[in-house]
Amino acid sequence: MQNENLNPTEDIIICRDVHKWFGDFHVLQGVNVTIKRGEVVVVCGPSGGGKSTFIRTINRLEEHQRGDIIVDGIELTSDLRNIHAIQREIGMVFQSFNLFPHLKVIDNVTLAPFWVRKWSKVEAVKVGMELLERVGIPEQADKYPGQLSGGQQQRVAIARALAMQPKIMLFDEPTSALDPEMIKEVLDVMVELARSGMTMIVVTHEMGFAKEVANRIIFFSDGNIVEQNTTEEFFLNPREARTKLFLSQILTH
Amino acid sequence: MAVQSETMKPPRSEVGLLGWLKKNLFSTWYNVLLTIFSAAFIYIVLRAVITWVVRDARWAVVTTNLRVFMIGRYPRDEAGRVLVSLGIIVLMTALTWVFRKAKGKPRRWLVIGWLLSFPLITILLRGFSRESPFLPLVSEDIWSGLLLTLVLAIVGILASFPLGVLLALGRRSKLPIIKVLCTMYIETIRGVPLISVLFMSQLMLPLFLPPEIRLGTVMRALTGMALFSAAYTAENVRGGLASIPIGQYEAARAVGLNEALVMGLIVLPQALRAVIPAIVGQFISLFKDTTLVVIVGLLDLLGIAKAVTAQKEFIGLHKEAYAFTAVIFFICCFTMSYTSRRLEQRLGVGER
Ligand SMILES: Nc1ncnc2c1ncn2[C@@H]1O[C@H](COP(=O)(O)OP(=O)(O)O)[C@@H](O)[C@H]1O
Ligand SMILES: [Mg+2]
Repeated sequence: MQNENLNPTEDIIICRDVHKWFGDFHVLQGVNVTIKRGEVVVVCGPSGGGKSTFIRTINRLEEHQRGDIIVDGIELTSDLRNIHAIQREIGMVFQSFNLFPHLKVIDNVTLAPFWVRKWSKVEAVKVGMELLERVGIPEQADKYPGQLSGGQQQRVAIARALAMQPKIMLFDEPTSALDPEMIKEVLDVMVELARSGMTMIVVTHEMGFAKEVANRIIFFSDGNIVEQNTTEEFFLNPREARTKLFLSQILTH
Repeated sequence: MAVQSETMKPPRSEVGLLGWLKKNLFSTWYNVLLTIFSAAFIYIVLRAVITWVVRDARWAVVTTNLRVFMIGRYPRDEAGRVLVSLGIIVLMTALTWVFRKAKGKPRRWLVIGWLLSFPLITILLRGFSRESPFLPLVSEDIWSGLLLTLVLAIVGILASFPLGVLLALGRRSKLPIIKVLCTMYIETIRGVPLISVLFMSQLMLPLFLPPEIRLGTVMRALTGMALFSAAYTAENVRGGLASIPIGQYEAARAVGLNEALVMGLIVLPQALRAVIPAIVGQFISLFKDTTLVVIVGLLDLLGIAKAVTAQKEFIGLHKEAYAFTAVIFFICCFTMSYTSRRLEQRLGVGER
């Protein structure tokens, strides 16, 4: 998208033969994928296929046990400094929002910039308010998360993640817990973010969103990538039987 | 609809004093019976109590010994120091109440004020050395009465709380040694009665500590109480920690917080808030348990009541002395539980 000239940092995420087990259960079975700076990638696939586990290994909410993950030139090892460095560069939005219920909306957003980036309170609040404007709810700044609708909470969660000025944003089914009438307000924010050039990996079944902004779609099933293609090709010419079945299931309703 | 509900009045029988009485006390025949029985019971008890309090009781045992009840053997000439300490606490409490909604600067000053007032009061009460012309030493081992009860309770609470939180965190630690040690400590303490912990702290502490450190009876009792209470606080806090969903840890790590900040900013504030009622309950029982120090020879409020009624002129006046003690205990404990309820409301426990 924005960064067409080749340079060594163009691949912002590199996964090489990534394996993970939960006990004896082989959740990730050698995932290989690279993601370019500014790319918007949608990950879809049947439930239980390992999509969440996969994107959670990228910011170390889950530890992978074999293979390499390199984010923006830093390799994810058990070195805590690397882990924190990478977690600072990656924002994440969860299905169940996970806002901090004891903190006001604005404090949810400014917490990490203040404590981790060491910005001054004034600066953090200024940037925080700008972000709340961007996601369309500046008037909710002094409320607590529990007083907001699901859609509003998810938009706060996006603002909270953006406040650390991450280079990459991960979304794990950000609209699955929302009432239908609130899905659009969240997707609108994500579309705007995608158009602004953010590198995004989005686990979602919102194919409208995928068609609108995704550069690439990854179909994930049984612990690995089954098929990946540009958005148009993915919908027009799915190659694998499992992909076709999945598409027929989600596109019919 | 709206217009109707504005103009329609509730039925006559539902409003006013008579309406309330009918609805709540005389609605059915068994409710009527219950009301009559209760009223008779309350009347009999109250009449007996009031008759005793105003007519039969001989309060001289309390009024003559008021100073003894309050500060026990604390020297009469130095009693002003206790009053000044009390003044400091009253002042700080009043300031805290006045600025309870304030943020930022005033709040920081309040915290600093409280932090300073504790060492200040310690110096005031205890003094310097025996020879010092200014604030001569009043060893804590002769403090007694309500003063001793309050010191034991307040210091016990203040010391056991952070220790309890650390133990709770230790019990959840990923490091096996720390986990095992904390678990063993908590379970051992919870398996023995406070009396034995108090005895043990009197006998064992001197063995563990280097000979240069000589703790008096009160300090040893305090250590015992704090160590005892910490184990219970730890279990309460552990309950709070367990109630925090994993999503909170994940979100906190995902925004880049390190382990200490995840705990300090996200997990502990929520966990402690959730267990305020349990912890205050724990502190109330600690407060009442201070009466057990009698068995290691200290004279707390209850001990004083016993000692006072052993005086020749007041022999046989146990009822008055103990009733007075009970009232003081009730006031203190009620204040604690009332404050905790207000605190819960303000912090919005259970709102979510
Ligand atoms: N913490 C865990 N412990 C054990 N098994 C897990 C854990 N998390 C996920 N799993 C299992 O791993 C598989 C993949 O889960 P997940 O990554 O959530 O899939 P998806 O997001 O595609 O639905 C599922 O079978 C799930 O039950
Ligand atoms: Mg999932």
